[in-house]
Amino acid sequence: MNMITERADQAREFFRPDQVWPFLVPPQQQSVDVSKQVLLYIEGVNLSFDGFKALNNLNLYINDGELRCLIGANGAGKTTLMDVVTGKTRPDTGSVYFGSNINLLEHSEDEIAQLGIGRKFQKPTVFEAQTVFDNLELALKSNKGVIATLLSRLSPTELLRIDEVLQIIGLQDQRFMLAGALSHGQKQWLEIGMLLMADPRLLLVDEPVAGMTPQETERTAELLTSLAGERTVIVVEHDMEFVRSIARTVTVLHQGSVLAEGSMDQVQNNKDVIEVYLGEEA
Amino acid sequence: MSTSGMLQSVFKDRGQPGGRVMPFVIILLVVTVLASALNLLTPEGSALHVSTYTITLLGKYLCYAMLALAVDVVWGYCGILSLGHGAFFALGGYAMGMYLMRQIGDRGVYGNPLLPDFMVFLDWQELPWFWLGMDQFWVAMIMVLLVPGVLAYVFGFLAFRSRVTGVYLSIMTQALTYALMLAFFRNEMGFGGNNGLTDFKDILGFDLQSDTTRIVLFLLTAGFLCAALLTSHWIMNSRMGKVILAVRDSEARTRFIGYKTETYKVWLFVYSAVIAAIAGALYVPQVGIINPGEFSPINSIEVVIWVAVGGRGTLIGAVVGALLVNYAKTRFTAILPEGWLFMLGALFVLVTLYLPKGLIGLYSQLKQQLGAGKPAAAGTGKSSSAAKTEGAGA
Repeated sequence: MNMITERADQAREFFRPDQVWPFLVPPQQQSVDVSKQVLLYIEGVNLSFDGFKALNNLNLYINDGELRCLIGANGAGKTTLMDVVTGKTRPDTGSVYFGSNINLLEHSEDEIAQLGIGRKFQKPTVFEAQTVFDNLELALKSNKGVIATLLSRLSPTELLRIDEVLQIIGLQDQRFMLAGALSHGQKQWLEIGMLLMADPRLLLVDEPVAGMTPQETERTAELLTSLAGERTVIVVEHDMEFVRSIARTVTVLHQGSVLAEGSMDQVQNNKDVIEVYLGEEA
Repeated sequence: MSTSGMLQSVFKDRGQPGGRVMPFVIILLVVTVLASALNLLTPEGSALHVSTYTITLLGKYLCYAMLALAVDVVWGYCGILSLGHGAFFALGGYAMGMYLMRQIGDRGVYGNPLLPDFMVFLDWQELPWFWLGMDQFWVAMIMVLLVPGVLAYVFGFLAFRSRVTGVYLSIMTQALTYALMLAFFRNEMGFGGNNGLTDFKDILGFDLQSDTTRIVLFLLTAGFLCAALLTSHWIMNSRMGKVILAVRDSEARTRFIGYKTETYKVWLFVYSAVIAAIAGALYVPQVGIINPGEFSPINSIEVVIWVAVGGRGTLIGAVVGALLVNYAKTRFTAILPEGWLFMLGALFVLVTLYLPKGLIGLYSQLKQQLGAGKPAAAGTGKSSSAAKTEGAGA
């Protein structure tokens, strides 16, 4: 008898009219909570590949609206860190939060992109067989489901947005050119433009000026500085002169953890940093 | 509307080979209707008469063209090299074959009103469950779409979710069709084993041997091929088509701008499998037999060669390639049957080396060269403006 009432209670609980079963609740696009002024929390992240520790108890906090440069020797874990944030690689331990409410480790690459984290690869990666215009159209912030994409048409607002971004990246005249026909620097810009199309909160930019002419580098620096404030930008770069020209805060990575953090001058006079860098050069 | 006008100009400027399918569709329809009319209206022996044999042969080619189109959609546009599309074609064919088999009724050799001949021969007492309902045309047609569609979905879901790509995926598709071939060869499977399904009498009550039925099937095939061409063209020119190209060229980038690429690949694969299945279902009544040989990996590889010859990533190319190679096959095997596979191999090597974009690529290249020869007039808009922008960019 007792058993029956227990079962009945369970059933009643299961069929409660005032609740919706969790799997029926449509997934909600959470908006990121930055009330603590911090946009990205990376805490105690460890990751090893076949025994090699790529990230070693890494802690890093990025403030909202900041432009942060990450520097460090090859193998310091810069690109791996980006892989972790964008969901390409899962860390062994640690936590990565976007704002104080979104656990990035629970999301896949495409979901993270839709949450508002854009990523530029080290090697410029654009869709070479398609026009500059199409590249930007693809990156539009829109419903990215199969059916929605099949039936979508460009709205006037979206067209304007594309025009605006074309202007920002200075490729108005190349809009109908195949992306594959662009110069190296133009491809880099197109890729940044694609990130901008999605209207991201956080931009991860991996070596944006590699292979650029001095003039192009200068324009890229302008572009990135103008983005900060409204958006948060993390730049990984080897070119120290470039870093000096844009950086407010610099984080030095070494062997998978943070070695030093501060302004460019502070970092350059830091004893550990000098030791690591000079030690390597010697 | 100005927006769509703008879009139009975007597409035209791209000048992609195979960018326009409508003229081709019209030519295809006109030729098939003309051939049918000449078959029915002119007397036999007249110089203009098209024999029923030719009609059936053309119908077969059109089915192959549809299969090639299906492969092109996944391979040319999305970079999924399927070496097992014959499996979907054959499954569609088997579903149609089962219906035709049950239409024979008691006119079989053993005169059993319920069981097809091969079951009587195997001493089976009752119809296996999966043959039930296949005497209804609509059930069979649903099965034509459903079985290959579901198989493609499950296969695609598992493979793409695990991020299997490239050669590994090709090998898996090859294994899929090979496994199905071995299974269908077994008598216990209940699909006629080695001999497959044959000796069909009629479809929906129409005699399969009559000229009119053959013409109708031929026209239907052409109609379905055109519909598939137009639908594929529409998909490839939508934003979804751009996503599909993007997946082919850089899947990681596509993912990082927020597309769930697996889902796109799965649905494209299902779409492609369904086209292949419809082609198979149209093929069987025209050819009159379906056997496990259709699952053989060689068949699927041949399809890939048709597409390569015609030009992958161009819908028309796949159709043209299939028609031409199959015509060549018919001609060549009449002269030197053993030599065909060598021919086919040589063709593939030559196309890969000298015509990476296939015949359609050759055609547009020639057109461009001829155009460049003429001053001013031909150099219009696109190339000169491209040159200008290139100058500005440098």
